[in-house]
Formats: sequence, structure tokens, C-alpha cells
Amino acid sequence: MTDATAGAVPASKDAKPGQMVAADGRPLKESLNRALRLQKMRALMLIAPLLLFVLLTFIAPIADMLFRSVQNGIVSETLPRATAGLSDWDATTGDLPDESVYEGLYYDLFIAAERKLHTRLGSRLNYEMTGMSSLFRQSGRSLDDIGDVYFDQFKDLDKNWDEAEPWAALMGDADWLQEMQAWKKADGEMPEFELADGMEKLLPRTAETYAAFAVFAQVDEGKSLLKEEPWVLVHTALYQDLMAKDVSGYSGPQAEMLKAADAAVSGFESVTFKDGMNAIDDDWLSHTVWQTIKTYSPEFTNGYFLNAVDMQKTPDGPEFRSENQRIYGLLFKRTMFMSLMITGSCILLGYPVAWLLANLPMRTANLLMILVLLPFWTSLLVRTSAWKVMLQQQGVINDVLVWLGLVNDADRLVMINNQFGTIVAMTHILLPFMILPLYSVMQTIPPSYLRAAKSLGATNWTAFWRVYFPQSVPGIGAGSILVFILSIGYYITPEIVGGTTGTFISNRIAYHISSSLNWGLAAALGTILLAVVLGLYWAYDKIVGIDNVKLG
Amino acid sequence: MKFKKTLMATSALTVAAGAAFAASHSDMADSMTIVSWGGAYQSSQQKAYSEPYVAMHPEVSVTWDESSAEAVAKLRAMNEAGNITWDLVDVVAADAIRLCDEGLAMEYDPEELLAAGDDGSSAEDDFGDLIVSDCYIPQIVYSTTFGYRTDMVPEGVDAPSQICDVFDLEKYPGKRSLEKRPINNMEWALLCDGVAKEDVYDVLETAEGQDQALAKLGTIKDEVIWWSAGADTPQLLADGEIFMGSTYNGRLYSVIVEQNQPVGMMWDAQVFDLDGWIIPTGLPADRLARVQDFVKFATDTQRLADQAKYISYGPARASSAPLVPEDMKQHMPTDPANAGNTFLYNYSFWADYRDDIDAKFQSWLAK
Repeated sequence: MTDATAGAVPASKDAKPGQMVAADGRPLKESLNRALRLQKMRALMLIAPLLLFVLLTFIAPIADMLFRSVQNGIVSETLPRATAGLSDWDATTGDLPDESVYEGLYYDLFIAAERKLHTRLGSRLNYEMTGMSSLFRQSGRSLDDIGDVYFDQFKDLDKNWDEAEPWAALMGDADWLQEMQAWKKADGEMPEFELADGMEKLLPRTAETYAAFAVFAQVDEGKSLLKEEPWVLVHTALYQDLMAKDVSGYSGPQAEMLKAADAAVSGFESVTFKDGMNAIDDDWLSHTVWQTIKTYSPEFTNGYFLNAVDMQKTPDGPEFRSENQRIYGLLFKRTMFMSLMITGSCILLGYPVAWLLANLPMRTANLLMILVLLPFWTSLLVRTSAWKVMLQQQGVINDVLVWLGLVNDADRLVMINNQFGTIVAMTHILLPFMILPLYSVMQTIPPSYLRAAKSLGATNWTAFWRVYFPQSVPGIGAGSILVFILSIGYYITPEIVGGTTGTFISNRIAYHISSSLNWGLAAALGTILLAVVLGLYWAYDKIVGIDNVKLG
Repeated sequence: MKFKKTLMATSALTVAAGAAFAASHSDMADSMTIVSWGGAYQSSQQKAYSEPYVAMHPEVSVTWDESSAEAVAKLRAMNEAGNITWDLVDVVAADAIRLCDEGLAMEYDPEELLAAGDDGSSAEDDFGDLIVSDCYIPQIVYSTTFGYRTDMVPEGVDAPSQICDVFDLEKYPGKRSLEKRPINNMEWALLCDGVAKEDVYDVLETAEGQDQALAKLGTIKDEVIWWSAGADTPQLLADGEIFMGSTYNGRLYSVIVEQNQPVGMMWDAQVFDLDGWIIPTGLPADRLARVQDFVKFATDTQRLADQAKYISYGPARASSAPLVPEDMKQHMPTDPANAGNTFLYNYSFWADYRDDIDAKFQSWLAK
């Protein structure tokens, strides 16, 4: 670069006096930065495919999964009216919510049941309160009971209230109705339903529910509104509207029919929504049901995280679960303890092997290395199952011990389906992850150091402990981190040989992912596990220093 | 207007829904992915259902996927990703109810989808109560029951024949294996703790009843190996690791009849459960049409009876029972000689109480 001589060139007008400038008159600093930036960009472009790949296939899905631990939109999305009504309800007084909440619940639940979303909400809430699942499933089946009261009376008054076309004419926009009447299946897409002008003002509830029905019939079911009779929910809404509103000024289509109904509704038999829901299932008069719905109505919840630490949400704030339901604290502690045990045994067993590998003549060391790597190339499941054969009561080790007379045939050792089995099998499986970093660090320690120590009068032990060992610590650090982090998330081996006392938190995560479908709880447990690992990593960095970790 | 926006956003669906109606016999997909459990069970399905079907329709290729154990989670993931790669999934009834609740399995009309029975009964009558969910197409009745090592029965004592023998460590010392979940175990424990059969679920609803069941299980806890895969108990029995253990009756059948192990069946208080098909929601019209055609064939009277030739599970259709081969009948859980005292898995109870009782059970196990 000729920039070094730039100082001699007369300063250009944007450079301040005394500043170094490049040949093109820019300040040297800026020019250098520019060149570096270009280089950085080029480097970034080179790794961009990998970065994108990692981002798309690893970071994004994990972030999405972990985000589920707080997501809870399903309650307010499925029951928008009821949850809005509940926001004014005080759960601590012991009173049930008022009629308007029951009304909202009925509308919400009816639409959700038609779209088959209510059972999904039921299973969500069942994680928090036993019985919600069947409450929602069974309520979904008998929701028509309330609407039928009004539907029958409207039908008795005028048969047209049970016909699709008069309804479509009443509620739909005139242009839309014409298009719809002209439409045939061969035309392809149906004309989208549009409400008649002013209908939202005149009959607000009816307009809303009919529109919801129209969307459902046209989009979800692909049915024509001229053939499909509306839900009985729409009749219920109409009854409420006619009771509340004055329709005497209405002169649009079906005005006669509407006015006749308006005149008759005051004489209709009616049922309150509360009584109606009570008749469907008396659990709807249960205070705790409403409390649960209210507690879980916000879009985001800390409920899953509380569950993950053996607590639960109550109206008085978080509380510990009863003693006989606590499990996650125990499992987290056990996972930590056993991972430490496994890491410790890996160090104890791996250190001498790595030392031998590093100090034996090349030929023997290579043979030994293959022996270390051989299990590495064998399927994990095969190795775990092999341990089962070895350790079980009728297994190889017990047979040998009995044959040698060391153990009585009647009381063979229990070495599997407990913590011992998990630690043995996992130590074996993770051992190469300890030996390899140790080996590569030990190879860089010159043997002459030990000889020098001894020639200066150190005993074997002092020479090892004061000279050799400190130099191998970075290998222990690297191996320990690898083994510990791998074992903390281990799943398959504890599942097979762990029995009940040797299982890890990951086994519960797997259960919630694949069996109970409680993905929120699984995500919360996973997030905690991730946080613990990152915390330990941070602590390690503070105490030992991550720079001291050497993988080779 | 808000709903109009929704309409436009989802108008693509309208086309799809419209297309479903247009589908006729001629435009069926030529390939099908069927999900099952693998092993002897899946091969019985292949021999009884898919091989004859492919012989009739040579253009169809069938791929089998052995993922039924993870079907619920995988279907949910597929549904969220909007890409359903499975056409027909074999699941147990409890999973089918869960999938139906989650909207992941398609509801169907038995009269429309299923063939009428050979004896003239309608499909709905032929399957009867076994259609436990609007989405579920039952195939077989199996049971979870006990097997024991005949050579480990103590001298001078009769072979175990009552469910409560499992809890009697004095008379029948030795290890047992039980499934690592509360379902079935809690019921058996209560039965043997003096609760009448008809009261079991009423008792189990209460916290005291759950504690009572756990306390009864606690009396044998030290002697139990808990299994999570159906193959565990047969293996443990074959190795002599356990004296008796629960598993699916078909697994015991293969240990006894095919592998000639010294194992006996104990049918008392066997728990009936169902296995069957569900069709995932959101299949394209051509694949749906193919799958419906296949299901109609694969669940007719003859096919269900055929399956019983290969595995000792009872066909779900009443009309298939007379067609089951004579030598298989004695191994069927539904055979009168075996079905003296039976339990039917209570689906609605467990759908509600599963999360709660499971938390207690797992907490109890871990201590």
C-alpha cells in the first residue's frame, strides 16, 4: 500500500489538518476500515450458506419450540367473548360469573364446536384441571339444546326460519345474493358472503353469528348458503336481538317475516344461558372451572414454567404442588447428580487410558486407539442393550459371580434398572468423549519435563502431580464439558437401563412431547435445562476460564 | 368487514374443499403410506390387507412406516407444518381419541366409509360399541394380560390364575414386570385391594382412591421391573428375569406358541383395548379417495377375519368372529374360556384423569 506515504500528500478538503490521508485523499483510518469491511463482507458471504442453514434448520425451530413454553393464545382465541367477559370477574369472591359471561361462553363454544376446536382447548385445560377434557368434549355434543328452544319456536311461527334461502336473503347483500343464485359448481369459487347494509346495526348478534356461520359453511365445508340452514345459534342470536332492538323501521327483504317474528318473540319461552349450560353439564356452575379458565386466559402464561418447577398458578399467586405430585425438582437434581457422577467416572477411567495412548510406542498406541474408537462406531442401542445382557440378574456378570461362588444364587446382584446401571452404561458410552481430548492434550506434553523433574529429585508422585497433571488439566476441562453436557440431555440409555430411579429429566420431556402432547411443559423443561447448561458453562468460564479448554 | 378478510384469506381452502367433492373413483392416488407398529402385528396386516389389495390394484404402491408409537406427536408436527405425509395411521383407541380431540384425525361416517357385514348387518351394528370415537375405525381387540414362567412356580403351589396372585409375594415370590404408566396397574391394584369391579373408576376418581391404588402397588414396588416397550416382558420372561409380567396377549402368544418358552397365560382381569385406523385430516382429495377405498376393503368381514390367521388378536367386527380359524380361537382374548373376568379400558375416564394421575404415578415411581 502506498498509504504509508500519504501524509506527504496535501490534505484534501474533508481531512482535518494533521490527519493521515490515503492516496485518494480520504483519511487513512476510514480507508483502512473500508478495506477491512470489504474483507469481512467477503468472509461473511462465504459462510452465509452455513449460517443460513444453521439459522433455518437449528436456531429457528429451537426458538419456536422454546417459545411454546409461554404461549397460551388458544384460550382467548377459542373463547374470545367469554374471556373478555371474565376480565371483570373477581375470582376470589366465590361468586359465579354473570349471565353475560355465560352468553359469551355459549356463543364461543358453539362456534368452536362447529369448527371442532373445542376439544383442543379441552385437552389444553385438562393439563391444569382434571376433567376439562370431557367437560368440553361432552358440552360440544349437547350445545344445540339451548338453541333448539328458540329454533323450534321460530320454526313453529314460520317454516321459513328453518330454510336456507330466506335467511340468506335476509342477511346477505342483494348483489351477493344475485351472484350466488347465478353461481354453479362448475364456476369454481363461490361468491364470498357479504352482509346486507345496516344489518350489523339492526341485528348485531344475528349478523355476527350468521357471518361466522357463512364463513364456516363456505370456506370450511364448501357448502352453498342457499342450501345450508343456519346454526341454531343464529336463531338464539335473533331472539336476543329482537328482544332488545326495534325492527319496525326495516323494509328490506323478508321484512314481513322478521316483523312477524318481532311481534311474537315477547311471548317466546326462553332459557337463561346459565341454566342452559348447567343443564348441559353442571360443572359449568363450578367455581374452579371458571377460575381455571380465567387464570389461563392471557395470551402468554408462566403456567408451564411453574409446572416445570413443581408449582401451579392459583388465584393467590404461585404455590407449590402437593407433595405427591412433585417430580421435576427431583428429576433436575438427579440429572445433575448423575451427570456429575458420569463425568467423574469418565475422568477416572479415561485418564490412565489417555496417558497410555500418549506414551506407548506408536504401534501399540494405534491398536489401543482402535479399541477406544471401536465402541464409538457401534450403534448406541446395541451398546445399551449389551449392557442389559451383561448386568441383568440372569446376566453374564451375575452368572460369573455365582459360578465363582462369590454370590449366592438366591440373591443375585441388582445392577440394572437403577442408577448404577445408568451410570455404568453411560460412562461406557461417553468414555471416548473424555479420552480423545485428554489424549490430544497429553500428546503435546513433552516427556522430558517429567524426566527433568525426576532428575531434580522429585518422587514419581510429585513429578506427576506437580508437573504433568497441571499441564493435562485443559484436556480434563474439555472432556468434562463434553461429557457433562452430553449426559445431561441423554435420553435413550436411561430409558432402557434406568428403571425408575435412574431416569433423567429428558425422559419426562420425551414423554410430554410424544405421549401427553403437553408441548408447552416440555418446552419449559427444555428451556430450564438449556439455561442450566449455559449457567454452568458461564460458571466454568469464570472459575477455570474457557481459554484453558483445549480440544487438541 | 372482518369476516370478509377471513374469507379472502382462506379462499384457497374453498377450492380445495370444492375439489374434494369433484373427486371420483378414477382419480385416486397411486401410492399410500400406512403407519403401523412393525413386527408381527404389521406383517399380519400386510398379509391380510395390503397384499390382497395390491393384487387387485397393481398400480398402487404401499409404503409402511413403523411409527405408530410416536404417531400422535408426529401427526401434530405434520399438521403444524402443513404437510401430511401419512395416509392411514394405526393407533390404539386412547390415542385416536386424543387425535380426534386435537382435530388431527378425520371424522367419518361408518355407513358411508365401511362395508356392511357379510351377515347383512350394517357397519355401525357390526362394529357396535367399539367405535369409541367419531374418528376411529377399529380393527382388532387385544388385551393386556399376564404371562408367567411355568418353571418358576414354587413347588406344591398351583400356578397363578388370579390377578391378585400378582400382588401375593408370599405365595409367588419373584420379580414382576408392569407397564411404566398408571393405566391398568391402578385398576388391578384396586381390584386386589378389595374394591368391587364396578366401583373401580368411582374410587379412582378420588385422591384417596389414587393413594390407595399406589399404596397397594407399593407392596410389590421393590419386586417390579417397569416396562415401556411391548417387547420387554416377553424378553424378560424368556431370560428368566421375572416370574410374571403384563404385556399384550399377542406378544405372549408368540413367546408360547412360536418360541416354545415355558410360559403360561393368566387371563384373569385382562384389560381389553382396541387397535384401529385413523385417517389424518387435511389429505388431498386423490389420496383421501385412495385411502377410503383401501379402508373399505381392509375392514370388511373377511379381511378382519383373515388377520386373525396370523396373530392372536380378535377381529373388531362381530360378523368376523365365526370366520376365525379354529386353532386360533383358543388364543383369542375374546374366547369365552379366556374372557371369564375382563375389564374394558375406560377411555373417557383416562382422557380426563391421565395427566393428573400420571403426575402422581411418576412422582411415586421416582421416589
